[in-house]
Parts: sequence; structure tokens; C-alpha cells
Amino acid sequence: MKHVLAVLVEDKPGALTRISGLFSRRGFNIENIAVGETLTPGISRMTITVEGSELLIEQVVKQLHKLINVIRVSNLSTEPSVMRELMLIKVNAEVGNRSDIQQIVETFRGKVVDVSPDSMVVEVTGNEDKMEAIKLLLQHFGIKEIVRTGKIALLRGSKVTRESLNGSRWQ
Amino acid sequence: MKKKLTRGSAMILSALHKEGVEIVFGFPGGAVLPLYDQLYDDPIKHLLVRHEQAAVHAADGYARVTGKPGVVFATSGPGATNLVTGIANAYMDSVPMVLITGQVAKNFIGTDAFQEADITGITIPVTKHNYLVRDIEDLPAILAEAFYIASTGRRGPVLVDIPKDIFDQEAYFEYNTRCDIPGYKPTYEGHVGQVSRAVKAIRDAKKPVIFGGGGLIRSGASTALRELAEAAQIPVILSLMGLGAYPGDRELFLGMPGMHGSVTANYALTEADLIIATGVRFDDRVTGKLESFARHAKIIHIDIDPAEIGKNVAIDIPIVGDVKMVLEELLRKLRPGDTADWLKQIFAWQKKFPMPLGSGSAGGSLKPQFVIRELSRLSGEDTIVATDVGQHQMWSAQHFIVRDPNTFLTSGGLGTMGYGFPAAIGAKLAAPDKKVICISGDGSFQMNIQELTTAVHNKIDLTIAIINNGFLGMVRQWQDIFYAKRYSYTEMEGNPDFVKVAEAFGAKGLRAASDKEATAAIKEAMQTKGPVLIDFIVDPEENVYPMVAPNHPINEIIVGGDQQ
Ligand SMILES: Cc1ncc(C[n+]2csc(CCOP(=O)(O)OP(=O)(O)O)c2C)c(N)n1
Repeated sequence: MKHVLAVLVEDKPGALTRISGLFSRRGFNIENIAVGETLTPGISRMTITVEGSELLIEQVVKQLHKLINVIRVSNLSTEPSVMRELMLIKVNAEVGNRSDIQQIVETFRGKVVDVSPDSMVVEVTGNEDKMEAIKLLLQHFGIKEIVRTGKIALLRGSKVTRESLNGSRWQ
Repeated sequence: MKKKLTRGSAMILSALHKEGVEIVFGFPGGAVLPLYDQLYDDPIKHLLVRHEQAAVHAADGYARVTGKPGVVFATSGPGATNLVTGIANAYMDSVPMVLITGQVAKNFIGTDAFQEADITGITIPVTKHNYLVRDIEDLPAILAEAFYIASTGRRGPVLVDIPKDIFDQEAYFEYNTRCDIPGYKPTYEGHVGQVSRAVKAIRDAKKPVIFGGGGLIRSGASTALRELAEAAQIPVILSLMGLGAYPGDRELFLGMPGMHGSVTANYALTEADLIIATGVRFDDRVTGKLESFARHAKIIHIDIDPAEIGKNVAIDIPIVGDVKMVLEELLRKLRPGDTADWLKQIFAWQKKFPMPLGSGSAGGSLKPQFVIRELSRLSGEDTIVATDVGQHQMWSAQHFIVRDPNTFLTSGGLGTMGYGFPAAIGAKLAAPDKKVICISGDGSFQMNIQELTTAVHNKIDLTIAIINNGFLGMVRQWQDIFYAKRYSYTEMEGNPDFVKVAEAFGAKGLRAASDKEATAAIKEAMQTKGPVLIDFIVDPEENVYPMVAPNHPINEIIVGGDQQ
């Protein structure tokens, strides 16, 4: 099963290396990873998607916790949450099939963000199923290039993943 | 209080004073010149080794004996990379240590400058944490954190890499040993609910065993362990790292489990209905084939590191916490069960399967097991043993009677040949009043043989016992058993004359090739101010038994040798 982990990390040099190194060293597979800032200066949030059994995920979470720069790890897959990913697709587009592509993009509530004589760039956001579905449809026209951000996620409702940095810290 | 500007290198020594550091192990070089200059007229002692790896092992031995972090200085580049094996060794065995390395000046970092190595990058997987100092303002807090992280929770090495220019820069120095690190909050007290489940499990158990490891020693839990074992009449098995946590000469002690463990320990783990695992990590050398390990037992696992619980073996009652605190809590609530029948069974096994004393095949030649037993018998009760890695290490674990915690120093997790001798030097500096013996092999000893200089020059009073079988014995044993005796590059042809080597370095050298000579040499060494080296010429093809083949159930034991 796929698990989506929200990992709050101190913004320190090497923090990302420590985390990615941990995954490769212990043979955990990162499916995708997204990193960005949080409301608290000095803390980044990583969203990591990992495939594995409950037992493996338990080890992943515990090993992440052992890293000094890791402040909190929550498994968002065990609770209702919103998950999104952004994808840009450069697809072959001759004059003749542009409107077909346009229609597919609209159905998926995507956007065409660039057009050139023989291609278009399409932007879609959504969950994994949606990404895969539109990819499949556009493949028909020939996909030239694709780029994805990796999944990000938040818990549903008012509950938050706390990110307080209590305690003084050299900075 | 008036603040005054302090130079980086002065900050480091002030921090060491505040942390109670009395000795540093190290080796100088360009990037640490300012630091060594500061050390020149500081009362802190410095042991100058002859290879940086030895500095780490010596600091490791010192740390294991004192329980305080060992401190190491080394220069950038090759100085730093020479530390790596020692760091990995300390990491695997959870030894507290703070390593300070010089780095090229800040504006040279990343340019492949002379003697530049990315030592923080290199050591991420083998340190508990590490730092590259980028700003002199951060230095005091980083040093305090380094000591705090190394010596709390599950202990481990912490490396601080300092660019050369930072040693000479100035800032205000304020040192606060009480650190608050948001991502580092070890759990010390066991969960109340789990502790009561453990109490019930102990009360109901018919065949309980305690299985303890290095965690017992690091947390100072020996007294609590002894009281618990004796109050509840539960036999004790100790891993290689745990030896000494319970006295090796008591009736309830069953020895070490696993690959070269005692038959009784392996049978007891296999038959037990309850295993109280404390400060252990269920290494593959202990569990053998995982699927058949302790199939009848409920397992209580007490450990400070949550990631160890459930890592290799499924656990019924997990208790995250300081082993000592949890054992004391268990002791307060203890309701002993009835273990009389179980003990009868155990004592019967012990009688039936004593540790083999050697094959006796090569009539008359000196048996390594005999040498270890004589060392144990003649060195007295207040002795620290440091071993190297190989057959002699296993024979030491089997035959040397270890009575107290922190008196059996061995490379358990990494199995580092070359560990023993420098660790023994560190141990002697930590405990000048104790006898210290390094038990090594002819292969291992040559991995840090240069430290004879360090030992002789500093008049380190210790005995080096080389169990000289003319082979990389442990590897030869596997070739013997699993590779049809094809001894590929394991014969130590070209070994030097160790007695002459000792003498050339200015140490005393003795040789023994028979039982009588061995006893006499040991007696002489014990009465001589060291360093003294004894070259024991032993049966070259003696194997370590009992033995469980790798990835086999631990009750499938090759007993081997004669049964006396
Ligand atoms: C640094 C290092 N290199 C290689 C090994 C593999 N190894 C394990 S035991 C052993 C033989 C050690 O020989 P010796 O020190 O003579 O001890 P003996 O087994 O003969 O008692 C070797 C080579 C190791 N443990 N460490």
C-alpha cells in the first residue's frame, strides 16, 4: 500500500541529504517527494510517498524520527486527507487535433498554458487517479515531455499537523 | 556577567572543560593548527596516537569504561577520513563520542582544495548526528548539542567539522549544557500500561529468560538486572555487547546466545515461553534463522530506541524507555512466578553441554581456550579485557569470566579488526587502577600494531595477548567448514616475530607454546609493568564451537570439539 508521510524538518544544510540517504540506505523506496516552506520560518515540510507494508512504514517513520533534524512525522494515509499533485504535459498538437486536446483538458479541469505550432503544454492538478487518466488519454496524441511535482497533502477538517518550534535553537 | 570575545579554538577547549573532559585522543595537521596551538598550554591531556583510527578506538575504549563521551581531534581530509572506521564502529555499538575535525577554510569549501574531504557527507550514515560549522556565532551551541546528543538517549558518535578560519574568529561565548532540540526528545520512562502487562507476563511465565545486551551497560542497569533476575529466579543470557551486565560466574548466567553462543543459551531461547529482552537489537548473529527464533515465546522488548522495537522480531510487549528505569519499575511491581522446573531443565543442559575446551587432536599443542581461561584465572577479578575480532574474540566471550559492566570491550556490531589494542589503551587511561588485557589475533593486531609506540611512550601498563594461530582464523574456519578447506589467502605467511617487534618498540615480549609456558608467561606479565606482549603459539586449526551455521535455527548446533 502507498503511504503519504508529512515530515516536518528543520531547515538545516544537509537535512534533505540525511532523509534521502536514509531511504536508500535502508532500502525504502521513495515514490515521490515534495518539499516546501511552512508557516513557521526555519521549518520545511516534506511530503513523501512510500510504498510498503505496515511493518515497513512503521520502520520508515521510526527511522525518520531518529534524525535529529526531523521534528514530526505523520502518516496522512491513515486519516482522511486531501492529496494533490501538479503535472505539466507537453503533448503533440497539430492544428487538426488541438480542439480534441482542449476538450480532454477541460473535462479534467486542466489548463492549456502554452501553444506552439506543433505542441501544447497542459497543466493539471489532482490526485493520482486523475493524473493517470489524463496521461492515458493524451498519450494518444504523443506526449513529448512530462513533469510532476510529487504529491502534497493536508488533513481534512480543522485538524493540523503542528509545526511549533519550541525551544531556542542556534540559527 | 560581562561578556568577552572568545576565539573559536578557545571556545572548544572551554566547552571541553565545562563537559568535564580530561583527555583528548588525536593527531594534528594543517586545518587544526589553531586548535592544537590552543591545546599547547591547556591542562587537558592529549594522547598522540600513530593513526587516527586508533584515536577513535582509544576514545571508544575510554568512553565505554567511563560512560562519558570520548573526544577526538583530527585534521581535514585524510585525518578525517581515517576516522571513519572508528566512527562506524562506535555508531554500531552505541558509544558516546564527540569528534572534532578541522576543515579547509570556509571560502575553499567545495573547491576540492588541498586536504578537503566532505566528512559530514561521508559520516551521515555512521554518526548519530553531525555538524559543519558555518558561523562562529553557532559554535558554542553546536558544541553543547554535540555533547548532549552523544551522551543521552541511545548513545552515539557526533562529529563537528570546523573550517580552519573559524578557529581564529571571535564571538561571545556562552555555554549552556541544557539543550532543547525540537527534533530530539528521548523517552526515558516506560509506558505504565505496558509495564503492568510485562509484570503480568512475568508472573504467568513458566519458562522465562532475560536476554540482555549493550543497552544494559550503557544505561547502568546491572544492579537492577541482578536484583530482578534473582528476585524472580529468571536465568540471564547476555549478548556479546551485554557481557558483564550480569556476573559471569553466577548460577543464573547461561552465557551468550547465537552463532557461537552456549548450547544452554540457545536451547533456553528456543524453549522459553517468555523472553525479557533488554537493550538488545536481535542481531542476525543472535537470532539465526528468524522464522524459527523463539517460536514459543512471548517477547517483552525494553529499549531506548523505538526503531529497534519490532525491527527484526515481532514484539508482544514493547516498552520504549531507559533500560535501567524500566527494570527498576518492573522490580517495584514484580510478582515472581514459579520457575523451579525450568531452572532444573536449564541446569541439566548446562551440565550436559559445557563450553568445549578444544579438540585435543594435535596432541600437546597449546589450546587457545586454555590460554583465555588462564588469562581469566590469573588476572584477578578487577580486569578489563579488550578484544579484537575473530576466533580469539569468540573464545574470549566464551571463556573469560566477565564480572562487571564496562570491563569487556569488543567490537560487536561492526566487527572491526584493529579495535582491541587502541581500545585497551583508552581503557587503561580511563581506569589506571585496573588491569587491562588486550586479547588479539595475529591478523587483527597488525591492523593497529603501530600503536605500540603510543603505548610504550606513554608507559601504558597493559598486557597484549596474541592468540597466534598463523591464520586469519575465523575466516579460515569458514573456509574449513563451508569451502572444502580451500584456505584462500587466510594463512598469515610472512608474519613478523612478535616478540622482536615488541622489543623493537621498546616493550617487553614473551612467547609461550605449551600450557606450562603459557601459565608462566601470564604470571610474569601480570607482575611486569607493561606494555608486555605475549605471543601464544596455539593450535593453528582449532575451530570455535559451539557453532550455528548462518541463517539456521539456533537450536541446530554443531557442538564440535571434545566434550572434556
Ligand atoms: C577490518 C576487517 N577486515 C576484515 C575482517 C574479516 N575478518 C573477520 S575475522 C577475521 C580473521 C581475524 O584474524 P585474527 O585477528 O588472526 O584472529 P583469529 O580469528 O585468528 O583469532 C577477518 C579477516 C574484519 N572483521 N575486519
